[in-house]
Amino acid sequence: MNTWFTRVHGGGVRLRMTREEASVIQALVTQLLDLLGGPAPGPRDDGLPNLSFSENTTVSDDPVLARLFPDAYKDDGAASAEFRRYTEGGLRDGKRAAAQLVLDTLGDGGEILLDDEQAQVWLRSLNDLRLALGTRLGITEETLERIRRLDWNDPRTAPFAAYDWLTYLQEDLVRALW
Amino acid sequence: MSTAPVELDRPDAAEDVRSDRPWVSVVWNDPINLMSYVTYVFQSVFGYSKMKAEKLMLDVHHKGRAVVSSGTREEMERDCEILHSYGLWATVRQDV
Repeated sequence: MNTWFTRVHGGGVRLRMTREEASVIQALVTQLLDLLGGPAPGPRDDGLPNLSFSENTTVSDDPVLARLFPDAYKDDGAASAEFRRYTEGGLRDGKRAAAQLVLDTLGDGGEILLDDEQAQVWLRSLNDLRLALGTRLGITEETLERIRRLDWNDPRTAPFAAYDWLTYLQEDLVRALW
Repeated sequence: MSTAPVELDRPDAAEDVRSDRPWVSVVWNDPINLMSYVTYVFQSVFGYSKMKAEKLMLDVHHKGRAVVSSGTREEMERDCEILHSYGLWATVRQDV
């Protein structure tokens, strides 16, 4: 099995990625960033913090956003709305900043050194990416087995192949961080 | 192994809405999150041993959900927010 991430003695993780692999990540993360509403807001001109309260109080109709920002209470709409008001903005900014860090550190691939904090951000963002793509593709426990048996020369299987590849990539990063 | 906090001996639990009943955060099974990743998150977020984190992950996987932490409502909402930042499907409820 391929190895992309290697633990570096003294801290951090080394990532080796081909230009083609980097372009796949770049294309997918750019889409994720768009879905999350573009790059995270930078510092304000007046020096005040971004409070990032969300105007949203209900779970999104978009299944991907609903999966990334789920309700915090199963059977309490009011409590879920209150939780969302105080957390969704910050969570969204965090996911946008993480996606942006992946794009910034990735470049055109090659050999990339990530410090421990950057490696953690990569891990969370790869997970966001798999959640987004997997939800869009309607992945279930059963489809996973079917995906592995698909004819990968069939162009219709490309998104599933990308999902499967991201799975190996994330598994590899978890292994490197442990 | 039970992951819930200490069992309280309450004969009339159904009617008893005591404010000192602990709150818990619950993680639900989903087909996308990797088993290794979920274990890693439980270790990183809660400082659990690998053994405890794996046990909780397997509970989530096989039973559909697991209580992963307990405390005040504010603490559980904070845990839930952190778990959402990692992409885990987490909810908060008062312990039953």
